Amino acid sequence: MNVILIAVIVLGVVGLVSAVVLFLASKKFAVWEDPRIKQVSEVLPQANCGGCGYPGCSGFASACVKAAEGGDLSGLNCAPGGQAVMEKVADILGLAVSAAAPKVAVVRCQGTCDVRPHGVEFDGAHSCRIQNMTGMGETQCQYGCLGEGDCASACLFGAISVNPATRIAEVDESKCTGCGACAKACPRNVIELIPQGPKNRKVVVLCNNQDKGALATKECKVSCIGCGKCVKVCDKFEAITLGTNLAHIDPDKCKMCRKCEEVCPRGAIKAFNFPPRKPKAEAPAAVTAAPKPASAAAPKETVVPAAEKPMDNTKQNETAE
Amino acid sequence: MKTFRIGGVHPAENKLSAGSHIREAALPKQAVFSMFQHIGAPAKPVVKKGDVVKVGTLLGEAGGFVSAPIYSSVSGKVSKVDVALDSSDTRRMAVYVDVEGDEWEESIDRSTDLVRLEDRPDLDAKTIVEKIKQAGIVGMGGATFPCHVKLCPPPGQKAECVIINAVECEPYLTADHSLMLEKADEILVGVTLIMKAVGVERGYIGIENNKPDAIRLMQEKAGKYHRGIEVVPLKVRYPQGGEKQLIDAVIGRQVPAPPAIPINVGAVVQNVGTAFAIYEAVMKNKPLISRVITVTGKSVQKPSNLLARLGTPLSQLIDECGGLPADTGKIIGGGPMMGKALISLDIPMTKGSSGLLVMTEKEARRAEPDPCIRCAKCVGACPMGLEPFLLAQLSSQHMWDEAEHEAIVSCIECGSCAFTCPSHRPLLDHIRLGKTTVMGIIRARAAKK
Repeated sequence: MNVILIAVIVLGVVGLVSAVVLFLASKKFAVWEDPRIKQVSEVLPQANCGGCGYPGCSGFASACVKAAEGGDLSGLNCAPGGQAVMEKVADILGLAVSAAAPKVAVVRCQGTCDVRPHGVEFDGAHSCRIQNMTGMGETQCQYGCLGEGDCASACLFGAISVNPATRIAEVDESKCTGCGACAKACPRNVIELIPQGPKNRKVVVLCNNQDKGALATKECKVSCIGCGKCVKVCDKFEAITLGTNLAHIDPDKCKMCRKCEEVCPRGAIKAFNFPPRKPKAEAPAAVTAAPKPASAAAPKETVVPAAEKPMDNTKQNETAE
Repeated sequence: MKTFRIGGVHPAENKLSAGSHIREAALPKQAVFSMFQHIGAPAKPVVKKGDVVKVGTLLGEAGGFVSAPIYSSVSGKVSKVDVALDSSDTRRMAVYVDVEGDEWEESIDRSTDLVRLEDRPDLDAKTIVEKIKQAGIVGMGGATFPCHVKLCPPPGQKAECVIINAVECEPYLTADHSLMLEKADEILVGVTLIMKAVGVERGYIGIENNKPDAIRLMQEKAGKYHRGIEVVPLKVRYPQGGEKQLIDAVIGRQVPAPPAIPINVGAVVQNVGTAFAIYEAVMKNKPLISRVITVTGKSVQKPSNLLARLGTPLSQLIDECGGLPADTGKIIGGGPMMGKALISLDIPMTKGSSGLLVMTEKEARRAEPDPCIRCAKCVGACPMGLEPFLLAQLSSQHMWDEAEHEAIVSCIECGSCAFTCPSHRPLLDHIRLGKTTVMGIIRARAAKK
């Protein structure tokens, strides 16, 4: 009995002393962490996609809290969470959030098997990066989509996949969060992140070919040849610039008039999510007829003022011609 | 018999064109000179459309210290300066020349008389290196590293010996072998020139013992040119022609991991074809305008060694050897182990074209990869003592820091791992990607500092 009593007392005293030491230590060596980091972290999507540029969601959360001390959240954006999540974050931190345009990825290549034939077969490891290192790849175009799916394996949301029929990567806009992981994975910079646009509408040059016109024509039937027709037709808004034999539309300046799509002799410019055009009567009337469906179909949209302007521009163009 | 210490494999030799004489290939109708025929900065074109050029006229000047000038190998008119598909399978800047006649620059000595080092007492080390630099000579074994760079050791380093790489360990290729049999004297004078240029008295010529005739010939003649030249027969083993493996095999020294280079262990290694080109450049004033290329393959009618002008389209070389076989599955520039599959036969010959290998559909087909069974055959085969299965895995998972830690940049891309893998895994594809990426990371880090 005595032995048991002694054991209990000894253990009890040891436990008590340890508890006091641990209690004091935890006070003395406590690391203060801003409780807001945990709160912010909880509202984030926890996808850890890295689209924000920070190591995972907790990294982003501490960056937000740090930025909040400066009183400014600009430059920080959670792409998958979008505006809703950023507003919650701003709420916790007691700040207002500036509206960041949600972005979406576009694959700037339409070189399917029938317009851009695969002359040779690559039988190495299935990776775009590896195929790109060996040179041109399977087609004659050294700028286009390689179709091995590095972007698809980089996407955490299943929003991008390679269509086995066309061997071109395709984006599912409903799933795309605009995190940019695919754009980083693409060794040829074929994928670009652009603002989602009103009603998901956007006009994009779907080509990345920077070869001279004659060569680009041989390589692919739908390549941009850098002819500059789109640049001319957009002279009022100056949204289109010509890089190295390649046109590029600045989404911030684009007024969605779709005249560049009309005028492109190669079909390299494509408008997304617009309602179908009205059937054209004759070839000469095509240019005037073009903007009508847009303005007619969307009379109450914000696009309207933009759609009206192109009408004037069309008239100018006609007189010029 | 000597060989290197770690790893290595022994692929079937298939030297189909061994013993065939070097034939001179016909002049092309149009020659295309890529400005990217060497490692380093590309050459800058100095001619324009309409210029008349002769054999030996400068087309592109060196774009930096690690670079080499490019000379015309034909006479005629420059038809355009534009992009052209080259042996890297990409389109890059090139000069197109429409061939008319065969007129040579007068400064080139076209006689075949042998000029020995003793006949030219005016030549000192500096002059020799300068002439090599002017002639645009690069490593002819396939790596195409500008030759003069290797002959100018960095300050504080001293060469102790010159090693001539006459190993030709790639299966199928016989260009160096045939060159040794036919131009032994010129090569040996070239060796004495290299030895003088780097100021050493010891020269080794490493030859694998599947070329006994070349070993015998070189041993007979070496003494006539320099007492310090020794011919070293080597046991057949791939990749003995790798610079580091050859140094280990011949003088028993191991080059440490990068950034160490062969000069750190006192060796300067040059290919036997380079030695011949150096002889022609220094003694005959002839820039690098032609080379021996092996056109071979089991389905090729006449596997041959051709002396062809640079810029000749590869399709013409195949035509001279009996045309392209119907069941061709793959055409490789270089040998089967380290060569690169070509996407077109319009690609012109460059300074590094040591071979053109035609493979049938059946031979060329790569087997579908199976899972790694951890047999460690690749580890045993790696001549650099690396763990290829691990490097490939790290690379495919984009774990670049770990790959760097596992010394991925030491890989010489010899392909022994993929050759030996019983699961047919494309190990080298992944490792090469990892190596390129890690080297980029290291360079970026150095630039930051």
